[in-house]
Amino acid sequence: MELLFSPWPWYVSGPLIGLTTPLLLLLGGRAFGVSSSLRHVCAAVYPRDIEYLRYDWRKDGLWLLIFAGGLVVGGWIGGQLFRAESSVAISGQTVNDLAHLGISDIQGLAPASLFSWSSLLSWPSLLLMTVGGFLIGFGTRWANGCTSGHGITGMANLQWPSLVAVCGFFAGGLLATHLLFPLIF
Amino acid sequence: MSKNNSSTLSLRDKLIFLVLGIYFGIVISKSEAISWFRIQEMFRFHSFHMYGLLFSGVITAAISLKIIRSLGLKTINGEPAVLAPKDTTTWRNYLLGGTCFGIGWAFTGACPGPLYTLIGTGLTVMIVPLCFAFLGAWTYGYLKPRLPH
Repeated sequence: MELLFSPWPWYVSGPLIGLTTPLLLLLGGRAFGVSSSLRHVCAAVYPRDIEYLRYDWRKDGLWLLIFAGGLVVGGWIGGQLFRAESSVAISGQTVNDLAHLGISDIQGLAPASLFSWSSLLSWPSLLLMTVGGFLIGFGTRWANGCTSGHGITGMANLQWPSLVAVCGFFAGGLLATHLLFPLIF
Repeated sequence: MSKNNSSTLSLRDKLIFLVLGIYFGIVISKSEAISWFRIQEMFRFHSFHMYGLLFSGVITAAISLKIIRSLGLKTINGEPAVLAPKDTTTWRNYLLGGTCFGIGWAFTGACPGPLYTLIGTGLTVMIVPLCFAFLGAWTYGYLKPRLPH
């Protein structure tokens, strides 16, 4: 039981993450990648006359929307039903860096001072959630993939576009963390 | 995108996708890959945790794909188990779009998969970035003809 409640080390969860690609391919005949779901939702809800959004989303995307529903349930099981007692054991250096930015509530999966309904109308919180969310959708569709589609599946399949995309992911993340965060906070 | 030519999913297919989604959701929550703190730690190079996840994940997937290829395995629907290659006629979109996403990743501490998963963990405010991610995807579709690829 303790195994269910405690966080899993990288050498256990990493291979389990990697197994999603062959499982989805063999059992479902699909290429693993979550960000296409964002496109499918747009195509289902408001395609207008946009060529990129005019296709049979049920045929191409229903499977991924079901998978995304599974992600919510999985989050409930892994993060609520078997919620870890302790907070995320990040390095002391990171704790120090975050304290310098004024973020000192190292509890749960994300700081409540930034990611909660009550913080939503404060400046850094609103910026991170709205601009950050927008860039996730815009960027992954422009790059045609995210951490799962490029980072895991594409890299494992030795696709050089995926390596270029992953370099972009880290370029953007480093830029945001080291140049933008000091300006935002 | 899809290897399956039938337009409707059987109940079995739907169950498979649901169960695999639940599986992945559990794994990424227990691995803490969905934690904003872990993403900050990664972009500050303070711990091996996220890099270990990524590297061991890629290696596991790569070995699995190699085995599938060399044994010529088929999907349970009897189709060849092959991944479509990525479009190699462009490159700017991968770098520029990837960089945009990277900023969003650091801001929210989440990728598209974790956005859904975090809502399930009880962090319901992540509905806000998820809705903005839909808006971002829509905006990309609208601007696509004018963006470099």
